[in-house]
Amino acid sequence: MNKDMKILVVDDFSTMRRIIKNLLRDLGFTNTDEADDGNSALPMLQSGKYDFLITDWNMPGMTGIDLLRNVRSDENLKTLPVLMVTAEAKRDQIVAAAQAGVNGYVVKPFTAAVLKEKIEKIFERIDS
Amino acid sequence: MSNDQPLSGTSGSMLEETLKEQATQLKILLDSGDMTGAMSLIADMNQTRDDTLYQEVGKLTRSLHEAIRNFQIDTSRTTGDDDLSKIEDATDRLSYVVDLTNKAANKTLDLVEDTMPMASEIRDEANTFKKEWERLRRKEMKPAEFRALAPRMDAFLAQLGTDSDKVYKNLSDILLAQDFQDLTGQVIQRVTGLVKEVEENLVNLVKMAGKVDQITGTVYVAEQKQADIAGEGPQMKTEQREDVVSGQDDVDDLLSSLGF
Repeated sequence: MNKDMKILVVDDFSTMRRIIKNLLRDLGFTNTDEADDGNSALPMLQSGKYDFLITDWNMPGMTGIDLLRNVRSDENLKTLPVLMVTAEAKRDQIVAAAQAGVNGYVVKPFTAAVLKEKIEKIFERIDS
Repeated sequence: MSNDQPLSGTSGSMLEETLKEQATQLKILLDSGDMTGAMSLIADMNQTRDDTLYQEVGKLTRSLHEAIRNFQIDTSRTTGDDDLSKIEDATDRLSYVVDLTNKAANKTLDLVEDTMPMASEIRDEANTFKKEWERLRRKEMKPAEFRALAPRMDAFLAQLGTDSDKVYKNLSDILLAQDFQDLTGQVIQRVTGLVKEVEENLVNLVKMAGKVDQITGTVYVAEQKQADIAGEGPQMKTEQREDVVSGQDDVDDLLSSLGF
């Protein structure tokens, strides 16, 4: 796993973005950017050469699931690994995220260990 | 609502009694061929129904007014700060909770981000000195090296003292930043009380409206619930619900059952 990879963290709460960025830094990832919803994230993704997307679900403007669908339908972004980190816990929602092509799903509240494990799993699968 | 009169009360059963009597009479009139009498009786029956309906609508309206007055909702919407409605007041209080928790979270994050690099530096320096110290104990260190090490050690120990004070102060500030819990707890309890009150009033209104529906013969077709994936935020009582996962293990199980 490339520790220099560029990661976009999308959450409408700045505190949650800070927490995720801090956890990522502890894991050795320092090349991170932030966006506060799908509408601001999508143009960044389209122009920014990101390697990994971590997004919340429930956000004003464009939600995380819509962002995921937009990413998967974009010719240049469709293979971008996406990890959802969200409080949304309905089975239907998790199934919908899986069908939309999410690479991992973490429910809040989460621990640093869970975040690490899911990120490692995603890149293990991609690298293999 | 202060007038706690029974809702399924007198007017409904009286209406039923009167209608039964009138129906029997109507049959007699029709059997005897008295069409004029029958028609006038049908008009009477309509009148009975209408009267009861007006009564029930009247009650419903009164209760609605009372509920609105209870919550000090200003229907003319003059925006004066001095007399906020209870709902407006609750909204303000909840914004205050959001504001306070936001500040506390940011303050805590600031202090943590300030402290973490200090801890990393102390660890790195300590690791270097550990190696040097071991060399010294194994008598592998030359006098010149030791002379170079000594002032570095002095500086490290001095820095360690200052940093420890800073870490202690940051932790103590983090401790104090948790004081929001007390304040937000009180506010949320008040708002919860209001929500319960609103619910009770709404339930009463719905019961009254149900009475009106019964008299007018209005039947609502229940809407078919669709699988809804719109964002809802955190779920409550997850252990008791089938449609919701109760934690990361559940998510992992579900995803692996989908071939993840």
